[in-house]
Amino acid sequence: MSNTELDAVYLTFALASTTTVILLLLGTPLAWWLSRRTGNGVAAIEALVAVPLILPPTVLGFYLLILFAPGSALGQFWFWLTGSQLAFSFSALVIGSVVYSLPFVVQPLQAAFQRIPRETLQAAATLGAAPLDQFRSVVMPLSRRSFVIAGCLGFAHTVGEFGVVLMIGGNIPGETQVLSIALYDHVESLQFAQAHRLAAALVVFSLTLLFFIYRADRQSAWRLRS
Amino acid sequence: MSGLSLNIDFRGEQGFAMKLACELPGRGITAIYGPSGSGKTTLLDCIAGLRRPEPGSAVCCRGETWQQGTTFTPPWQRDIGYVFQDARLFPHLSVRGNLDYAIQRCRGRKSPDLEQVVRLLELDKLLQRNAEALSAGQKQRVAIGRALLSAPRLLLLDEPLANLDRAAGQQCLAYLQRLEKELEIPMLYVSHDIEEVSQLADYLVLMDQGRLTGQGSPLDLCARLDTRLSHEEQAAAIAQCTISRHDPEFGLTELDLEGQQLFVTHLPQSPGQLRRVRIPARDVSICRQRPTDSSILNILPVTLTEIEQSGDARILLRLALGDQHLLARITRKSAQQLQLRVGDQLFAQVKSAALLMEAADYL
Repeated sequence: MSNTELDAVYLTFALASTTTVILLLLGTPLAWWLSRRTGNGVAAIEALVAVPLILPPTVLGFYLLILFAPGSALGQFWFWLTGSQLAFSFSALVIGSVVYSLPFVVQPLQAAFQRIPRETLQAAATLGAAPLDQFRSVVMPLSRRSFVIAGCLGFAHTVGEFGVVLMIGGNIPGETQVLSIALYDHVESLQFAQAHRLAAALVVFSLTLLFFIYRADRQSAWRLRS
Repeated sequence: MSGLSLNIDFRGEQGFAMKLACELPGRGITAIYGPSGSGKTTLLDCIAGLRRPEPGSAVCCRGETWQQGTTFTPPWQRDIGYVFQDARLFPHLSVRGNLDYAIQRCRGRKSPDLEQVVRLLELDKLLQRNAEALSAGQKQRVAIGRALLSAPRLLLLDEPLANLDRAAGQQCLAYLQRLEKELEIPMLYVSHDIEEVSQLADYLVLMDQGRLTGQGSPLDLCARLDTRLSHEEQAAAIAQCTISRHDPEFGLTELDLEGQQLFVTHLPQSPGQLRRVRIPARDVSICRQRPTDSSILNILPVTLTEIEQSGDARILLRLALGDQHLLARITRKSAQQLQLRVGDQLFAQVKSAALLMEAADYL
């Protein structure tokens, strides 16, 4: 494998890991909030979270590109904060990926949280567990499986991202050139052997990850470690 | 202030409203009895803080104020134990894990000894089991243990036997009586089963449509004609008797009720014990003369103290026997034929009397 390819592999995994961590941190409270409430406000937020599922990635990428531009408010704020430009940077890819993969993390978590009966949490409350304690000691263990699934889906979906990255990343090797873009590059320049290698690697990776997700899904919900 | 002092104004969904003010004893088992929909569970939820009564309501328990004016202590800061109808064990924890969950959250209060609770509820063989894998009766025992181990000032029980079969229910009831005696934790016990209540309660609260309709000793309340209780189909008086002797020849046990003999089917308990018997109103008939050739063994001389119409065709009578009372339900027709008047000296024929079981009978 060439150096640029190794760079692309490293970059892809760095991007997917960072995105997954941020998504779990942001997605958990968001999913919890959505799971415990009803009303128009909630439906609006749910729609907003889900929109990357149906929107062409290029649309999202286009708007993000405009948002990240050096002349934009966010672009200037970023420059003031970090001293570097936001557009075509790794940070821009992370922000784009977080938005793009959000539904893949929020939706399984929300579904898991909704399955936890209010009654079980009431029981915890009467035993002296404050809300955060209830979340840590009851909600998290009961939705452990969904956390794994949400993390895997967020990770896998970020690895599989193309349109958004193409729009906001700018294909800079070692900075924003992820695997899917490197593959596209190889095909464009008719390097089919290299393209095959990357494509096959991505297929194997995706299948393996999905296999583990589905296997986890089939395992009984809260089997004890006995 | 050692009791439970309540002044609750609660407005729920679909127009349900509860308004009541009362002082309840801070020890023993207080039963809350009423038809479904009367607000019994809502009352427990308000005491536990799971539901929030209107501002201005007050909940004080054994010297601690949980709600007053605008202050409202959240449920996790109230020293309560709550046993729900549906156990609500944590499915991801073992039985031991469920018990530990309570112990870990005692916030410095002294929790009852784990070993003692395990022994009293006979949980030792279940400790390593998964909470999901237990029978309904076992789950409820674990739930009771878990609630006790959180070191409550007050234990709330919401129809804990509703999902159990009769045998498991009786056993659970026996465990509760034993716990109350040994650990001295006051209990508030919600039920719509009058037999359970007569067996268990030291104090009784009657509820109907979000209101309190009576409170007092169950012996007294059950035999009053002005409560809904005595007009129910299964209305029964509760009397306190002493076991006087056994009659092995006929398989009977003789009880002493205010100096009178009362025979019941043979019981294993030893003479001298003070026990409650439940005498259903429909199993008591009356005569003006003592019948001499009746198959009914239990004939007690009584004084008629109250007469009340109950429904269209029936009359409810309150009969005094020493300091205690019996109820008799007869037809309006026979009441007229006998020309009953308050103050009449009558004979009550008791067709059945059931000794109410206690912990010792089962464990």
